[in-house]
Amino acid sequence: MSAEFPTVTQHAGEIEPGHSLWQDAWLRLRQNKLAVIGGIFVAILTIACFLSLLIAPHAYEKTHFALGATAPSAAHWLGTDILGRDMLARTLFGGCISLSVGLAATLVSVIIGVLYGAISGYIGGRLDVVMMRIVDIVYSLPFVVFVILILVVFGQHIILMFMAIGAVSWLDMARIVRAQVMSLKRQEFVEAAIALGLRRRRIILRHMIPNVLGIVAIYATLIVPSVMLLEAFLSFLGLGVQAPMSSWGTLLNDGRMSMEEYPWLLIFPSVFFSLTLFSLNFLGDGLRDALDVRASKD
Amino acid sequence: MLRFILKRILQAIPVLFIVATATFFLLHKMPGGPFDTEKAMTPEMKKQLEAYYGLDKPVGRQYVDYMKRLILHGDLGMSQKYFGWSVNELLANSLPISMELGLEGMVFALFFGLLAGILASLRKNTAGDYIPMSIATLGICIPSFVTGPILILVFAIWLGWFNSSGWFFPRDRILPAATLGLYYMAYISRLARGGMLEILNQDFIRTARAKGASEWRVVWRHSLRGGLLSVVTFLGPAVSGIVTGSLVVETIFNIPGAARFFVRAAFDRDGPMLMGTTLVYAVLVVVMNLLADIVSVWMNPKLRFE
Repeated sequence: MSAEFPTVTQHAGEIEPGHSLWQDAWLRLRQNKLAVIGGIFVAILTIACFLSLLIAPHAYEKTHFALGATAPSAAHWLGTDILGRDMLARTLFGGCISLSVGLAATLVSVIIGVLYGAISGYIGGRLDVVMMRIVDIVYSLPFVVFVILILVVFGQHIILMFMAIGAVSWLDMARIVRAQVMSLKRQEFVEAAIALGLRRRRIILRHMIPNVLGIVAIYATLIVPSVMLLEAFLSFLGLGVQAPMSSWGTLLNDGRMSMEEYPWLLIFPSVFFSLTLFSLNFLGDGLRDALDVRASKD
Repeated sequence: MLRFILKRILQAIPVLFIVATATFFLLHKMPGGPFDTEKAMTPEMKKQLEAYYGLDKPVGRQYVDYMKRLILHGDLGMSQKYFGWSVNELLANSLPISMELGLEGMVFALFFGLLAGILASLRKNTAGDYIPMSIATLGICIPSFVTGPILILVFAIWLGWFNSSGWFFPRDRILPAATLGLYYMAYISRLARGGMLEILNQDFIRTARAKGASEWRVVWRHSLRGGLLSVVTFLGPAVSGIVTGSLVVETIFNIPGAARFFVRAAFDRDGPMLMGTTLVYAVLVVVMNLLADIVSVWMNPKLRFE
């Protein structure tokens, strides 16, 4: 599958138009309208979320009891919640939290998955069998339950949350990296590295991992939405981000409680969250298809 | 076949043992206990409670006692929050409800997912393919805690067709089962479509058609078994997802199932309850995975030689 994959060094060196696989991929990606729209949406939303921290006319935690819950108006575009807090500011702030947790947890899962997969794939043999068997077993457990237990036992700290989420979402990454490394390690440059007397550790870290980073980056875009989902899931159950902070999960939970009287408290966070997940999924799928890492979409 | 099943059962036992051990020691580290919140508790009372639950013994001893009772009697201990109730009793009342919900969600997902996927594969690149597959793509992106409240808002509050929560009448099952099954329905329909397309392009299908077999027979007799293999492989992860999904769906719809005990026990710091529910979930998932594996080996003879 990946024998014809260009290495990172090739990618940097080749500038001839229309020939490199990465340029082909870029052209194909641009033709995929949904992926492009998704990418643009995520970019705009990210900028808006983090910009809102600086220039929002209403602070996200500023309560206004006299005002109470109001429907969307000129002053508050998405209305206000029961405590009179501006929903636009809260939704955008929730976006900051959700996106940050998504990125940080993805990073954790990528680091674990890449190292695990590279070691398993490169060393091979019995170690590989055992390591992959462990992945299979872990895969078949209800791991969200364990994330909840970890948060209960060690406290609901936001850093702990993305560590825990990252620690349970590296399995796919490990499998992909392992498959890539297994085909890479038969190539000549590895033979050369071995002939030079390099140690295994160095070959894995300096020769294997840099060569799979392209694919890793693409699959990472597919991990981000799944991780954001997990964060929202925990926050929704009340085990995630704590008040007065808000993530999209807590906003959805708050909105659900009062949807009969104030449906906008549910609808706007739902729309933001769903659109972001769509966009990230379309972008990730588009990237994967553009590089044709796996022959077909399932 | 029998050897394969036995081998898988033997593999599952140490996994469950490790899960039980890890959970036990993890929960032992849990800060605070269920007795912290009770007001006006004298030290003597607390001591008595701790003796009652065996918390005064060393950890190793507690662990051995727990495992002994668990393995010999299937006893999950006493709840520390619901005084006088054992975890077994509490779960015996609530677990069947969760299982019913999970089963209904799975049936919903399988029925509509297979239907949509197979029909789409037979109408490739027409509106009958694009429309259900676009809906499926949306279904994969939207989580149950968004669809659940939105379904309640639209169908229960605005249209008034269903009750917004509760678990009393057969009608009350529809919205929760749909919420729980939606994601899996979407996923299954995509898998079924992909698998069927692959099979329908094979030579033996062309032969069957050339022989004059009816379309119904081509699908039913020749394609389904091969085309749906990927769906069967997906059933294992799907069950795991439905178990965790039930945490959210039971919360949204106020269903008196086991998931509520698990979530509440997390807030109440009810150790035995957390331990018991975790174990029950782990056993459920491992057993269902085992069943899914057996079905996929049964459906795909190629796997039997591995």
